[in-house]
Amino acid sequence: MAAKQERQNPSFYALIAVLVFMSVGPVLLMFVNSFKLDVDIISGSTGLLFLPTIQNYETALCDVLWYEIDHLDFCAIKFGGAFINSLIIALVSTVLTLIIGCMAAYALVRFRFMGRDTVSLTTLMVRMVPPAVLLVPVFGLWNNEFCLDKDGLIGGFIRETMGGRGDVCLAGTHSGIILIYVAMNLPFVIWILQSFIVQVPRSLEEAARVDGAGPFQVFFKVVLPLIKPGLAAAAIFTFRIAWNEYLLASALSDRDTKTVPILIVNNMSEFNVEWGVIMATGMLLAIPPIIFTLFASRQIITGMTAGAVKG
Amino acid sequence: MRIARANRLTPYMFMAPAAIIMAIALLYPLGYMVWGSFRAWNPSQSIGEAEFVGLRNYIFLWNDPNFHESLIVTLKFAFFVVSLEMLIGVGLALLLDRNIRGMSVLRTLFILPMMIAPVVVGLMWRYMYHPTVGTFNTTLESWGLPKVDWLGDHALMSIIIADIWQWTPFIFILSLAALQSLPRSALEAAKIDGATGWQQIIHIKLPLMMPVLIVTCLLRLIDAFKVLEVILVMTAGGPGLSTEILALRISRTATEFRELGVAAAMSNYLLILLLFFTVAMFLFTKWQEARARRLAAAIQEDD
Repeated sequence: MAAKQERQNPSFYALIAVLVFMSVGPVLLMFVNSFKLDVDIISGSTGLLFLPTIQNYETALCDVLWYEIDHLDFCAIKFGGAFINSLIIALVSTVLTLIIGCMAAYALVRFRFMGRDTVSLTTLMVRMVPPAVLLVPVFGLWNNEFCLDKDGLIGGFIRETMGGRGDVCLAGTHSGIILIYVAMNLPFVIWILQSFIVQVPRSLEEAARVDGAGPFQVFFKVVLPLIKPGLAAAAIFTFRIAWNEYLLASALSDRDTKTVPILIVNNMSEFNVEWGVIMATGMLLAIPPIIFTLFASRQIITGMTAGAVKG
Repeated sequence: MRIARANRLTPYMFMAPAAIIMAIALLYPLGYMVWGSFRAWNPSQSIGEAEFVGLRNYIFLWNDPNFHESLIVTLKFAFFVVSLEMLIGVGLALLLDRNIRGMSVLRTLFILPMMIAPVVVGLMWRYMYHPTVGTFNTTLESWGLPKVDWLGDHALMSIIIADIWQWTPFIFILSLAALQSLPRSALEAAKIDGATGWQQIIHIKLPLMMPVLIVTCLLRLIDAFKVLEVILVMTAGGPGLSTEILALRISRTATEFRELGVAAAMSNYLLILLLFFTVAMFLFTKWQEARARRLAAAIQEDD
């Protein structure tokens, strides 16, 4: 079936067209619907026969718009604030995960030390832990236990990296959510980066060491620049998980630290769904990952294959 | 002397941040959960105040028909999702493994579904499955066909379709990468020997892809147990318990029923299940590698 290399018959292109339509169709549908009024969506006027409106986006973004909106008396959806929370949490946790993860991956690949096998086995094992399993303990710990430790080692570390927020438990703060995201993503990042670090020629590092560079200098000046593609791939995957995650964020956030997925789910669970507005918020949430996909698909695919082929 | 000691400490310094973070935010919580699963624990108590009840939570779940239902739904979901996605993904990779222009554009479009938030995926599909305004039913109606109650009677099938939509590209891309890195010489040799397309696929391509396929399958299987948001948004586990997979049941037990102890015990059951699958897959790959090595050795002896 697949053997004929040169001649592609029309049905082959038809198949591709169908596949593209199937994978992009739902996204396009959401995009189109986000510019429709609810009346148009419900009346089922399919196709493009409607007057596009940005009213849904205005409703969604009402707390950050600089002008008054006529069709709205009360700003119910505070999308702007949630968007900023999501951005802070996703960016900070991505940066932290990358720094910590690539150091650990480097140690696992380049050094033989006591406990190395234990560490690498543990890393592999915790990869399979579903977020739902972490829900109960994280909820309990973040609310009850990780408050008292504020001046100790843990709290000190978080304050150092995040800036303190006074006398609060970890639950309900940005740092609390960031901590669990960093921990959750670390095994994955370590796994992916290992396969990139293995490819860095040892001789380069030895040359740098002969020239008098310390281990940290070798790492930051020689190894890091060489594994940039791997870092890009890992960054995209980490950002994607932190940006999209709902369950743990909903357990840990309070009114002020809500992220966008929580906002969407809260507005969905109502009986009478306002499709237009909800699709507009969904579209806004989906835009950053879509941009990444369009501009860095090569890195994403490299990262995916590197992670799986390495085993 | 000082340098030697510094060198010996270096790996630990590189490992330390990751080890500390994972210890306090992954391993400690997991231990805490095991501890909490032996207690009657509700969210307003700290764990010290909760009463120790021994194995009661585990025994309760063992006999709980709702938990059984949820477990069966989870296994069904994972089985259908992984097997259908493997079938479609690998099939498409075999079909599309040709030198065509614009392949990179195609791949970009195909990975789009995986990058979008599960919450948004659930939202899109909930709209498309909507009984009156949804895309599927309006299309069926315009063709004069009867409507389908997607998220009612066929809820499990509908969430499986949504997951297939989102994750088949993952398998497709990995198998395509595996296919394109196959040794050309083996394929050329087969072609010269007059192997048909099907023979090439069954006797050469698939066996050579097998290591990658097994890892891919394992990754998907683990991820299939993590799915939660898509189902939460689409059906919230309903109607009845027909789509309430374990992850969803854990979160509902914890937040709605406020029984953290039971939820923790359920999480442990899920972990044991996952551990079982992971170890089984791991042993299977080891066995395969050993067999491949034996075969290679046998071939060398023949020469």
